[in-house]
Amino acid sequence: MRSSRFFGSGGVSCDDVADALPGIVDGLEVADLEVQRHVAACLRCQAELVQYRKVLRTLHQLRTEVLEPAPGLLPDILAAIGAAGERRAIHDLLNGRRVAYVGGIAAATAAGAAGAILASRARRRVRLAS
Amino acid sequence: MVIPSDEARLVAAAKAGDSGAFTALVESTQADVYTLAYRLTGNEDDARDVAQEAYLRAFRSIKRFRGDARFSTWMYRITANCASTQLTRRSKGRHDELSDDDNVFDERPESDPEGMAEAGLLRDRVTEALADLPAILRAVVVLRDVYDLPHDAIASELGITESAAKVRLHRARRKLRERLFPMPGEEKARAV
Ligand SMILES: [Zn+2]
Repeated sequence: MRSSRFFGSGGVSCDDVADALPGIVDGLEVADLEVQRHVAACLRCQAELVQYRKVLRTLHQLRTEVLEPAPGLLPDILAAIGAAGERRAIHDLLNGRRVAYVGGIAAATAAGAAGAILASRARRRVRLAS
Repeated sequence: MVIPSDEARLVAAAKAGDSGAFTALVESTQADVYTLAYRLTGNEDDARDVAQEAYLRAFRSIKRFRGDARFSTWMYRITANCASTQLTRRSKGRHDELSDDDNVFDERPESDPEGMAEAGLLRDRVTEALADLPAILRAVVVLRDVYDLPHDAIASELGITESAAKVRLHRARRKLRERLFPMPGEEKARAV
């Protein structure tokens, strides 16, 4: 599989190190001493480790990318939650419990949450601009 | 993202039964949740279903949200769990979805990956490579390396052991690295 078969002083091969690299690239796992020694002496494995770091950095950057869902998603979610809230209210009423969620969730959207919705719209504009 | 103090206020109100507050939380997180759902499932229809199901579950269990994590992080965990369920459901009768066999990459590696590695382009290539990963490997690497969830959370939401999560994470990272930056000898190995 691998063209080079460099064995460091400890007898660890590039293949052995290749198995360890994906685990040690983010520093969460500590490499065996033999692996550390090998990487310190092997340009090939050092190069591979650098590539892993590039992959990880790029993956991390994806976190800031946000896809814009189709406009229908939010109303669908709110409708589903509204229906679930109604079912719970009826269930609670039948069981003699105080009903917390009175009224449809859509009505609450218009009244209570205007400030928060404005805040999140502002965020979206920033994202589109970036 | 609403700022943390606003979020804490909205979460407290939602836990007390204020549906408007829950709506505001949905509004402020839905694009993030949808994006994660899309990255996990790889298609819009499943991503929509997963996002909707995730918010329904969150609505039903908001009282159990302890508030020691961000609401968005809590949503990511629920989304991961819903996506896992969805992928398992889809894979019934389709043996390929949850297998982690080698994928065939038909795209030839760039002749000069180093030179082409301008940040935006590399991001596009990583996105493409992620989409081509087997779903089970993609889920672990997306949750860990993109969304920064801890191993125990990932394992618990995907219904696997922590050590299985680690093995899959390493396999996923290796496949991405091999595809994006093939080392000498690997291109030949893949062409066979
Ligand atoms: Zn080496």
